[in-house]
Amino acid sequence: MSDSLGTQVTSTPVQTAASPPGRLLQLWKEIKRHKVSYFLLAPFLILFFFFTIVPIFMSIGLSFTYYNILEKPRFIGLSNYRLLFVDDDIFLKAVGTTLKFAFITGPVGYIMAFLLAWLISQIPVKYRFFYTLCFYTPSITSAVAMSVVWLYLFAGDRKGLINYYAMKLGLFDEPYLFLQNVHSIVPVIIIVSLWMSMGVGFLAFLAGLQNVPKDLYEAGAIDGVRYRWQELLYITVPSVKPQLLFGAVLQVVSSLTVFDVSIQLVGLPSPLYAGHTILTHLFDYAFIKFEMGYASAIAVVLFIMMIGLNRIIFKLLGRD
Amino acid sequence: MHGIVKGRRVDWSGIFLYVFLTGFGLLMLLPLVYMASTSLKPVSELFLFPPRFLVDHPTLMNFRDLLLITGTSFVPFSRYIFNSIVVSGLIVAGGIVISAMAAFPLAKHNMPFRGAIFNMVVLSLMFSPMVLQIPQYLLISRSGLMNHYLALILPYLAAPVGMFLMTQFLRQIPDALLEAARIDGASEWKVLWSVIMPMLKPAIATFALFSFIQAWNDPYPAMVYTTKEDMKTLPLAIQTISGGAGVIARVGTFAAASFLMIIPTIAVFVITQRLVLQTMAHSGLKE
Repeated sequence: MSDSLGTQVTSTPVQTAASPPGRLLQLWKEIKRHKVSYFLLAPFLILFFFFTIVPIFMSIGLSFTYYNILEKPRFIGLSNYRLLFVDDDIFLKAVGTTLKFAFITGPVGYIMAFLLAWLISQIPVKYRFFYTLCFYTPSITSAVAMSVVWLYLFAGDRKGLINYYAMKLGLFDEPYLFLQNVHSIVPVIIIVSLWMSMGVGFLAFLAGLQNVPKDLYEAGAIDGVRYRWQELLYITVPSVKPQLLFGAVLQVVSSLTVFDVSIQLVGLPSPLYAGHTILTHLFDYAFIKFEMGYASAIAVVLFIMMIGLNRIIFKLLGRD
Repeated sequence: MHGIVKGRRVDWSGIFLYVFLTGFGLLMLLPLVYMASTSLKPVSELFLFPPRFLVDHPTLMNFRDLLLITGTSFVPFSRYIFNSIVVSGLIVAGGIVISAMAAFPLAKHNMPFRGAIFNMVVLSLMFSPMVLQIPQYLLISRSGLMNHYLALILPYLAAPVGMFLMTQFLRQIPDALLEAARIDGASEWKVLWSVIMPMLKPAIATFALFSFIQAWNDPYPAMVYTTKEDMKTLPLAIQTISGGAGVIARVGTFAAASFLMIIPTIAVFVITQRLVLQTMAHSGLKE
């Protein structure tokens, strides 16, 4: 991983050629010379070590065991993974739902966030704040708090707002059970997630777009750029590429970790597991069934999916 | 952008742009408007048929009920608010100090392993901390921190996003300022507090916004790390008022509580937004 991300960081002078013991000694001297730096880093690194690094290895270790918290973990090799991919139909269904969800909300939310940020950057600065607030606010609301609105909007009787208006307009003959029907559960979760998707990435795009140098556009006009879409494609997008990559990384993570919205709207377990995602499966096994070994295997699979997908994104977008 | 595509068409596309943005923006706000109006509805309007979007006779009864009804139950509602404020406040304040201390050497010192540490932080942006719930839970419960404020705070102090933004922001600050302070005999510790911290203000505001929203809205730390009612935080308490997932009970009170919960996050954004956009300009990732 480090090789692909490392270009931003200048190499340290220690790496000059020398005999191995001399090099180590020099490294040690260098470390001692910078002890203030390490001292400043220490609180962050200690917390990061205990709550991020150690848990990663613990998860991997536990995924090879049977562990129910009461008894000691018992090593069972790859059984958890075999169970997960061969016998656990609900898990496979959850993977399907998660991917279906991720491949829709991921790209749609991402493109929507970028286009809205671009449109906002086209208007004078003094009006921008109002629109930024309109699009960003949904993402800072909590899924728990908003459930009062969604449960009412999508309610399955004639008192639900959508059902009421749809019936009034003659679209439905009878109320549609949005939150109980297995066909509408995933679409409803997707709509709600898209509503909440203009978050940190959106702000990054907005900030990046504000800082594209003006003379680039002037130079583009001289070079024959005539239309706004040409400007967007040939000047704007390349200039905000770093922000695009940052936004993409966050989007991958958030679209694979759909959890809150599903639990709040359709519950755990959802009707026929239609809204079941990898993360709800993980939560189910970890904190309801207390099968920590099995749940750790689920966590490891999700972890690998996220890192893997982000590697691909880096390969696609990261090139200059 | 101005100057380039000015022609006869620009007026139309300009008008269309405003109409589209305003329409779509208001559409995005509708659910929030509905929540606010429901929280003001008297009981007689809550279950009307046909359903009403807006309130006819606004009343503050739901807010009073929220404090009264939950006040007579065994834990007063104000306790949840207090817990949430303490936990989010400490996560934000602690996170700022810890991240700023770490971002300074990562951006400005040239020590060994600097690249490796920074790459580690970037790598941790690529997965959600939610996959680490199980070992974190085991660590907390084994160390006897269950039902303690520390359990709700410690795992969230070292936030990679905030640290990443601060480091990126510091990188574009010229070294000359630091050198001037060092020549005057200031120690690195002094440089951090008297030079770096004031310049880091936009990044600090951004960090505060993101970590506040995260800490304020997340019901899971309280759900997993606490078993006592009086240690629960606002989002978890609201879930309890609603009667659990998928159930609408006490709609008015629930809407009032939800409304109260969303107000602080919007306020923090309005206060910090200018500084946030300054910081996010430096959020880029490069290969």
